[in-house]
Amino acid sequence: MSILVDKNTRVLTQGITGATGQLHTRACKEYGTQMVGGVVPGKGGTDFEGIPIFDTVEQARKSTGCNATVIYVPPAFAADAMLEAAAAGIELVICITEGVPILDMIKVKAYLAGTKSRLIGPNCPGIITPGECKIGIMPGYIHKPGDIGVVSRSGTLTYEAVYQLTQLGIGQSTCIGIGGDPIVGTTHIDAIALFNQDPKTRAVIMIGEIGGTAEEEAAEYIKQYFKKPVVAFIAGQTAPKGRRMGHAGAIISGGRGTAADKIAALKAAGITVAMSPADLGSTMKSVLESKQ
Amino acid sequence: MNIHEYQAKQVLARFGVPVPKGQFATTPDEAAAAFTALGKPKAVAKAQIHAGGRGKAGGVKLVTLASEVRDFAAKLLGKPLVTHQTGPEGRVVRRVYVEEASDVARELYLGMLVDRKAGMVSVIASTAGGMDIEEVAAKTPEKIFTEPINPLLGVAGFQARKIAFALGLKDKQVGQFASLLASLYRAFIETDASLIEINPLVVTTDGRVICLDAKMSFDDNGLFRHPDIRELRDANEEDPAETEAAKYDLSYVHLDGNIGCMVNGAGLAMATMDIVKIYGAEPANFLDVGGGASTEKVAAAFRILLADKRVKGVLINIFGGIMRCDVLAQGVVEAARQVKLNVPLVVRMEGTNVVEGKKILAESGIKVVSASDMADAARRIVKEIGA
Repeated sequence: MSILVDKNTRVLTQGITGATGQLHTRACKEYGTQMVGGVVPGKGGTDFEGIPIFDTVEQARKSTGCNATVIYVPPAFAADAMLEAAAAGIELVICITEGVPILDMIKVKAYLAGTKSRLIGPNCPGIITPGECKIGIMPGYIHKPGDIGVVSRSGTLTYEAVYQLTQLGIGQSTCIGIGGDPIVGTTHIDAIALFNQDPKTRAVIMIGEIGGTAEEEAAEYIKQYFKKPVVAFIAGQTAPKGRRMGHAGAIISGGRGTAADKIAALKAAGITVAMSPADLGSTMKSVLESKQ
Repeated sequence: MNIHEYQAKQVLARFGVPVPKGQFATTPDEAAAAFTALGKPKAVAKAQIHAGGRGKAGGVKLVTLASEVRDFAAKLLGKPLVTHQTGPEGRVVRRVYVEEASDVARELYLGMLVDRKAGMVSVIASTAGGMDIEEVAAKTPEKIFTEPINPLLGVAGFQARKIAFALGLKDKQVGQFASLLASLYRAFIETDASLIEINPLVVTTDGRVICLDAKMSFDDNGLFRHPDIRELRDANEEDPAETEAAKYDLSYVHLDGNIGCMVNGAGLAMATMDIVKIYGAEPANFLDVGGGASTEKVAAAFRILLADKRVKGVLINIFGGIMRCDVLAQGVVEAARQVKLNVPLVVRMEGTNVVEGKKILAESGIKVVSASDMADAARRIVKEIGA
């Protein structure tokens, strides 16, 4: 089982003819994802390796019945692509693009609140339900079908966690990269709430990092409502204050958003925190064994 | 990106936000001339650096004579000013701003920032003006008012009035404040700002509401649509290694330790710094080479790392997704040849084309310690430098 995406998910690529769009549409298709269409304004009627291309998302939706879309367009056009997808009624919108202006995201988020679309990202690796559906840029082969949910603000650190799990023989239900920007569509809490409703997800790995208070809010939610085991890691324990650490959202500002604060909040909520990124898999393994 | 106070005031004035008249100077004579040009009996001279706490550090002075301005500017210009925000080395003052002095009746605080929790821009206001706002928030949170602005509506009249009354403004000041706030919000939105801080916002003895100080920061991701704002960048205020890294689209932050780190992905890069610390050493930097890094980019990253003379060893941690391990290995080999690598190098690679990558390193003739996983990598580099 899984959340949000499975073998029936029909996926559109916005920006399918760009270098990134081509590369990953191909990789996702090879993984077994149903890549049903692409959108490039002005190239409607053509195709990409047999995948039909449309001028607008609305046309693509009508013709293909797609229920998810992945966006690889450049930052300046990403907000418009997200709005177009939501306006066309696409249920799941995944924006991989890094570098979307924050004020664009504020508007997108406000607009999406009045639609039925869920946004994942931007600045994220995407989402994968191992063995069924991969949407995004993560390497498919490190994953293994199973029952651990993974939610993370980081890309490669998620791969690291997934790789450790798979090496230990522990599979994943769904892995979501929510993105490293200050304002993202789906937050830690949103993902945790979805895993809560998924009967096949047995436990969750939550990977956070410095900046903002999303992990603290998730800790509060987990304490109150989430009954499955959670293993967490917070990146940036050695990060200095006031400096942006790569991700637009990874900054300790006004003395808030430190790793120490987040770890304390997580521990107070009864969450097992791995202090070393090398121990994510083994910590999950021992947590699962103690529950048996 | 941050800009100087005088630049922030110029930007705000363009949007109709009331700020005192002033002029910047780069020499003592220019400063004296700026005072004379203002034609006022008194003025304030302020050191321009990207840091707060200038007043307490002696970087701000009330002046009444052109000679006084000249002497003050001569004392500041070209020398470092140390405030509680600059660190012990301080920041070199290259400009002095001379502006008309205001007779202050009340000092308030007004800020505007991206409120991550609300997912909106929020206005922050306080009657505790001219003080360290973080300290006010920590000690007396009841003195801070926060008002999120709906992005599809902008500042509503009632919101402006609500904040004005919370700040204890009255009569004509309420209307003045509402108009100031609307202009400030327009400046924020139309320049892709990420922070505007007016501390203090003052009410003058003759009842005017004006911005006595101004700080602006911008969203780097929004700068592509504001070439005029981008020109306000002052490279002198930035770390040269970070500026160099930015040229190659590398994300680099200079730190105090001695283990240089090169990683792909921001989260993994932070986690790598953390694990270095767990094994008893300190990272020299944060460096994210990004997803689709080329050989050239990796080589540039390697040069920047090794230019830091405190670096006693280098740890490379790559989880190849889009990034291919063979491309990384090729970049490392090229860079190591260019810079004549003379410190220990530990490489941990996993993911796409890892076998080819390891082969390139092994056949290069460069002395590389290969690590099996992240913990092994951290353990080995710490051992190699003998920390």
